[in-house]
Order: sequence, then structure tokens, then C-alpha cells
Amino acid sequence: MSLLFYISSIVAILATIMVITRHQPIHALLYLVVSFMAISMIFLSLGAPFSAVLEVIVYAGAIIVLFIFVVMMLNLDKETALQEKKWLQPKVWIGPSILALVLLIEMILLLLEPPSEKMLVTVVTPRQVALSLYGEYIIAVELGGFLLMTGIVGAAHIGKHTKRNLHRFLQNNH
Amino acid sequence: MTVMQHIWIVLGVLFVLLNIAAGLIWVERRLLAMWQDRLGPNRAGPLGIFIVLADTLKLFFKEDWIPPFADKWVFILAPAIVVGSVLMSFVIIPFAPGIVVADLNIGLLFFLAMSSLGVYSIVLGGWASNNKYALLGALRGASQMIAYEVFMGLSVMGVVMLSRSFNLIDIVAAQENVWFVVTQPVGFVIFFIAGIAETHRLPFDIPEAESELIAGFHAEYSGMKFGMFFIGEYMGITLISAMTVTMFFGGWLGPAFLPPVLWFFLKTFFFIGLFILLRASLPRPRYDQLIEYGWKILLPLVLVNLLVTGAIALWLKS
Repeated sequence: MSLLFYISSIVAILATIMVITRHQPIHALLYLVVSFMAISMIFLSLGAPFSAVLEVIVYAGAIIVLFIFVVMMLNLDKETALQEKKWLQPKVWIGPSILALVLLIEMILLLLEPPSEKMLVTVVTPRQVALSLYGEYIIAVELGGFLLMTGIVGAAHIGKHTKRNLHRFLQNNH
Repeated sequence: MTVMQHIWIVLGVLFVLLNIAAGLIWVERRLLAMWQDRLGPNRAGPLGIFIVLADTLKLFFKEDWIPPFADKWVFILAPAIVVGSVLMSFVIIPFAPGIVVADLNIGLLFFLAMSSLGVYSIVLGGWASNNKYALLGALRGASQMIAYEVFMGLSVMGVVMLSRSFNLIDIVAAQENVWFVVTQPVGFVIFFIAGIAETHRLPFDIPEAESELIAGFHAEYSGMKFGMFFIGEYMGITLISAMTVTMFFGGWLGPAFLPPVLWFFLKTFFFIGLFILLRASLPRPRYDQLIEYGWKILLPLVLVNLLVTGAIALWLKS
């Protein structure tokens, strides 16, 4: 199982690096899908099949498809690729690299400490997830529902438009 | 189960599936011809069954052309995704007691995840072709499949509630006394409609709609790359039929005079026939009609179905 974990971790890191270095938006999104699937494999190897599948259904299957949909609709092609090329010059990398380096040093320090206990793999079944979601964390679930509902109402409000009639003959006539 | 047994099951499932997908070329043409009062392919071999070979050979010898204006790697990747995702879904289907590739406790969710990945084939194929008609087809396909995925997921939740498991073997076992089509009729109808929309078959083949979009998302594809889309569609039909049988029609269960696996195949073929009959008999709705039908009729219906199922399950428990 730990071999699976390391392989999928490496895939996830490589795919994520590809995401931020691609110039073509669709290619970047495709690598993001690969990264999500690798993360789903990590969940699976840590004994959480339910989160693994949700990762694929929600992120890879729905959200990224919507991203690609938007990119297709806006027809971001040649110009965006050029713009991205301009943005991704070497000097842009300095700031993020310093911040990432700080995080890396922290992580190495944490890893160097002797582990207090071994990583235990316990499989969490869908039933346990459901029980804790609708028992312990019911408030969080409901608040999340409120938030999504506001989003839907907002989208419906923005998307609503009154019909313009170009001519009186075209009224009441779809 | 030993490793060798497992490998044999995997190979057997793959062999049977690919043969069914190819054989459906002949089955579909003969059935369509029968319902339209004509003969259909009847020259090559007994009852014209060698049309499968002729068609496959034709696909292999066609020029496999990648348009110079296309995005090459994404163009090649797209047809592989559809076949890959459908084949992966078959992993969780129990064909008979003991004949299943992977007995996952999240089986049903795995099927939903794989069918949501199948959307990429249409979207990427249409986008990479760099063609107006293909792009229109891809846009339609993406919104249609995302919308119908929602109802597909919700329509099977009633079955999950009654059988108290995502595992397909448990779901079949829970239908020992009564099939779920009796207790979940609304769920069955919505699942089947969503399944037709997911496989973008007629009457819901709006992403390809040949009379308006030439061939939609695969307008630029030729040779075996087109063949992959073609085979992917047939395997999609088989998958939805097999899932319908597993979840609503008792899977391999049936009277003992036939072996379980044969019952499974008979029921599956009935639903494949239904898919073809729908193609032969129904006209294609307009694009906005299809989406409106989904969100305004199917979504409330499936939510009410869930509420009622939950209420009855709680009432029976207390």
C-alpha cells in the first residue's frame, strides 16, 4: 500500500507542476484532472475510498468540466497562450519560490523529528462518513447547503433577462 | 480466489464485452431494419452476421487523418477516454455469484465517477478538432451530460436506501424477494432516461445531431479513432443496460432452470433491444427542450422520489 502511496504522490506533484507551467489553458486543466486523480489514489491508499470517489466525481468529473466549458465558450486560444508566455518569465518565479522554500524547510524539520506513532491505515466505510456528516457535523452541512442555495439564487438572478421584442409581430410568438 | 482465477475473470469479461460491442453493429442494423419494415444487412455470411467483420476491416483500412489545425495530443487522447472509462465501469458489475472483477464497497459511486469522466471524451474531442460544428457539439454534450449525471446519481439513491449498501452484490442480494423495479419504479424510469442521455444515444444524441451539426463532436475523426467513439457508444449501451438489470431487475437472480449468468445476459439484451427500439421510434427533441425537461421535470420528480422512499423506509423501520 505504501508503494501505491508514493507512486501516486509523485504523479500528483509532477502533474501539479505541469499545471502551473502550461501556456495553453486546456492543457493546464487536463493536468489538473490528472493531479486530482492522483490525489484520489492517495485517499484510497490511506483507507478512505469514499473521499477518493467523491474527489473524482466532484472535482475531476464536474468542476473541471465546467472550467473547460468556460474556456471553450470564451475561446481562449492563441492570445491567452501568448499572454501566459509573457507572464511566466523567470523573474516571476522568485517570490513564490521563496515562500515555497520556507514551507519546504518547515516540512523537512517536521519529518526529521522522530515519528510519535506509525501511520495507521483504517478503512472508513461510506456508512461511517454519512453518520458523522449527518450527526456530528450537521450544522456545517446545513451551512454549506445555505451557501450553495445563495449561489444558485444569485446565478438565477444574473442569468435572468427580459425578452426584447424586435417587432410587434414577433410578440407572444416563440 | 487465486490470482490466476482473477486474471481469467478479467480476460473473460474483456473478451465477452468487446465481442458484444462489435456484435451490436449487426444486431442494431437488423433490429432497426425489422422495425422499419426492410431487410437490413443480409448478404455476408449467415443472416448477414459477417457485416461486423466487413465493417471493422473497413474502419482499419480508412485513412487515419489528424487535421493539421487540430491539437494533436488531445485529439488522439479523446477517443481513448470514452472506451477506457466505460471499460473501467464494468469492473464493478457482478455478472453471476463469484464472477466480478472487483468487489468494491463503493461500487455504485465508482460507476458514477467513471461515467462522469466519460464527459471528457466529448468535450476534448470537440475542442481539439478546432472546428465550429465539433465545438458546438462538445458544448452541448458537456451541458447535457453534466445535467443528466445529477439525475442519474439521485435516481439510484432510492435503491441504496432500500438495500443499505453501495456494493452491487449486496444490492442484487437485497432483491431476493422483490425486484427494485417494483419498489422504485420512478427511480428506474429516471435512471433509464438519464442513461440514454449519458450515452448520448438517439433520441438524445444532440451532441452529434447529424442533421444540424454534420457529426458534432466527432466530425473531424476518421478511421479507427472514429471506431473508438463508435465502440465506446455500444459499450456504453451495454453498460447502462447491465446497470439497469443489476439495480432494478434482480441482476443474475431468476428461476433455477437457467444458470445465473445466462439470466443476466438475457435481461441485459432485453434492455439493449429497448435502446435500439427507442432509436427506431422516437424523434430527437430540441436542445433547449432536453435541458429544460431535465431540470424542470426530472429533478423535482427524483427529489420527491427520494423523500417518499426515505419516509417509507423510516416508517417501516419504526
